[in-house]
Amino acid sequence: MSVASLAFYLFAISAIVGGFFTVVSRNPVHSVLFLILAFLSSAGLFVLLGAEFVAMLLIIVYVGAVAVLFLFVVMMLDVDFAELKAGMAQYLPIALAIGVVLLMQLGLAFGDWHISEGAEAARAAPTPDGVENTAALGLLLYDQYFLLFQLAGLILLVAMIGAIVLTLRHREGVKRQDVLQQMWRDPATAIELKDVKPGQGL
Amino acid sequence: MAEFFTTPFGIFVLIVAQCLAIVGFVMISLLFLVYGDRKVWAAVQMRRGPNVVGAFGLLQSVADALKYVLKEVVIPAGADKPVFLLAPMTSFVLAILAWAVIPFNEGWVLSDINVAILFVFAVSSLEVYGVIMGGWASNSKYPFLGSLRSAAQMISYEVSLGLIIIGIIISTGSMSFGNIVSAQDTGYGFFGWYWLPHFPMVFLFFISALAETNRPPFDLPEAESELVAGYQVEYSSTPFLLFMAGEYIAIFLMCALVSLLFFGGWLSPIPGLPDGVLWMVGKMAFFFFIFAMVKAITPRYRYDQLMRIGWKVFLPLSLGWVVFVAFAAKFEWFWGVYARWTMGG
Amino acid sequence: MEEMLREYLPVLILLGIAIALGIVLILAALVLAVRNPDPEKLSAYECGFNAFDDARMKFDVRFYLVSILFIIFDLEIAMLFPWAVAFKDVSDVGFWSMMIFLAVLTVGFAYEWKKGALEWS
Repeated sequence: MSVASLAFYLFAISAIVGGFFTVVSRNPVHSVLFLILAFLSSAGLFVLLGAEFVAMLLIIVYVGAVAVLFLFVVMMLDVDFAELKAGMAQYLPIALAIGVVLLMQLGLAFGDWHISEGAEAARAAPTPDGVENTAALGLLLYDQYFLLFQLAGLILLVAMIGAIVLTLRHREGVKRQDVLQQMWRDPATAIELKDVKPGQGL
Repeated sequence: MAEFFTTPFGIFVLIVAQCLAIVGFVMISLLFLVYGDRKVWAAVQMRRGPNVVGAFGLLQSVADALKYVLKEVVIPAGADKPVFLLAPMTSFVLAILAWAVIPFNEGWVLSDINVAILFVFAVSSLEVYGVIMGGWASNSKYPFLGSLRSAAQMISYEVSLGLIIIGIIISTGSMSFGNIVSAQDTGYGFFGWYWLPHFPMVFLFFISALAETNRPPFDLPEAESELVAGYQVEYSSTPFLLFMAGEYIAIFLMCALVSLLFFGGWLSPIPGLPDGVLWMVGKMAFFFFIFAMVKAITPRYRYDQLMRIGWKVFLPLSLGWVVFVAFAAKFEWFWGVYARWTMGG
Repeated sequence: MEEMLREYLPVLILLGIAIALGIVLILAALVLAVRNPDPEKLSAYECGFNAFDDARMKFDVRFYLVSILFIIFDLEIAMLFPWAVAFKDVSDVGFWSMMIFLAVLTVGFAYEWKKGALEWS
């Protein structure tokens, strides 16, 4: 067995273990940590496929950003997970349906990569000769897939606006620092000298 | 003997030896970095600093490390034990892992991957987990608040770090450190390096690096006067040592990044002098000295000011810089100093 | 392909060595040092009184907002990486398409700024 296949089994098993414990562990924070393990192992699997850029992106975006948000939410929101878990039997049919759909998608992907014509060439595509795959992606993404790329930008814009509309609440009576105002102040306008005569007051 | 190193087992032994060399270099420099940090700090405050253990106190850090090992590991009663011990491990392991792709000289690199910068960026984006897990697992108010603040701070500054790196990549056309350094080898020595064309970004990168590694003046997560020691409050003995080591190794990594990205890595500043590993180590030591000086002479920031600088100053500036560099490289402004693809990649 | 994977092997081995070193250090303290716990020593740190309740509490929604905004900008950076690497070969259409993308996100950024989402109080 070569080192690459050893690494494959290592990552594959830890991805499955991570996924399994994400579902069964009692503490939601542990669930998220196992989810992160699953993400990291899938990044390893991507590297084994030759898709280095996607692997690093998976780590940066999913583990470094999305899972941080997940952790924030499960750590600090008072969600009663015992109650949520109790409803598990009720949602089982839907979960099974989703599972079947996912399985079908996996089957489709398998067919594309192994059975269909040209599968051999498609599998070798992530590592074209002479061009590293990040650059190869860069050459395609921005002009050939112009429309999809712009749509991705618009989705990000909508996400940004949505997040602000949904979560932003301004508290009243908060004193904020206005840096420019603070810097433009000068003694001439900020203080006033008064000549107070004895016994008179202001 | 020579053919032994071409067999699979021989290659394995070779790689392990290289890994141990890197870990050894990082750990030994760690001992002297902590010492140097304290000495610089002491000198600024007109104190002597550590001077008892060994000549000039050089072995003080060794004594400290041994002392940590002999201290009791206190795990708070309410803590989540596995996560509590996992947190310092994460912070330490990730800090070391990033060194796998840092070159010290032409070809002196453990693993020369195509996406080296992306790898460092990915690993440093994971470092936030040590902090979050540490604060949460302690089940105590101060660590919890400290870790929240720290997490928000680290992710805020990561954005501008990423954008600054993009500018460098546009200039070079490659994500490998070797190509980035060779693109700076223009024959003008010191004045050919990226610090000159990317001048404002040197400062932005350095300041973001301070914030990313929780160094003063951005050490709010462990602001002693308000949060005791942030996420590290409940830690003692070697778990604390791991946190501490992870922090210093991450700082040293940032020094290496500044010298590779902006100051020509192992290139010599004067044309004609030989390039070499000594320049690289010297530059890293110099930038660590700057880190120590900043810690000694700047007052701490307030948290709202920190977030304001990160989001309202650094982010727009670095984004604008990316656009500027893109135009300058595309239309070859300034005699094409922003487009050095012929030398790199 | 093989070449590329060979470059990643040291990363895996370095990971293993770093984990081993960390575990050795923690175990060393657990084995060598005295362990003499008592309830006071094991209680969570507080300013002189016993902790009232669980330390994990709800906190300001701003932290969520910051992390959502971070995800969005992180994705933007992720989109920039392939463009920057292929910069010299990207066509004019590709160049301007990225400029439009950045302009769209700058609109979002300006909206954020205007709405005061970046203010920390």
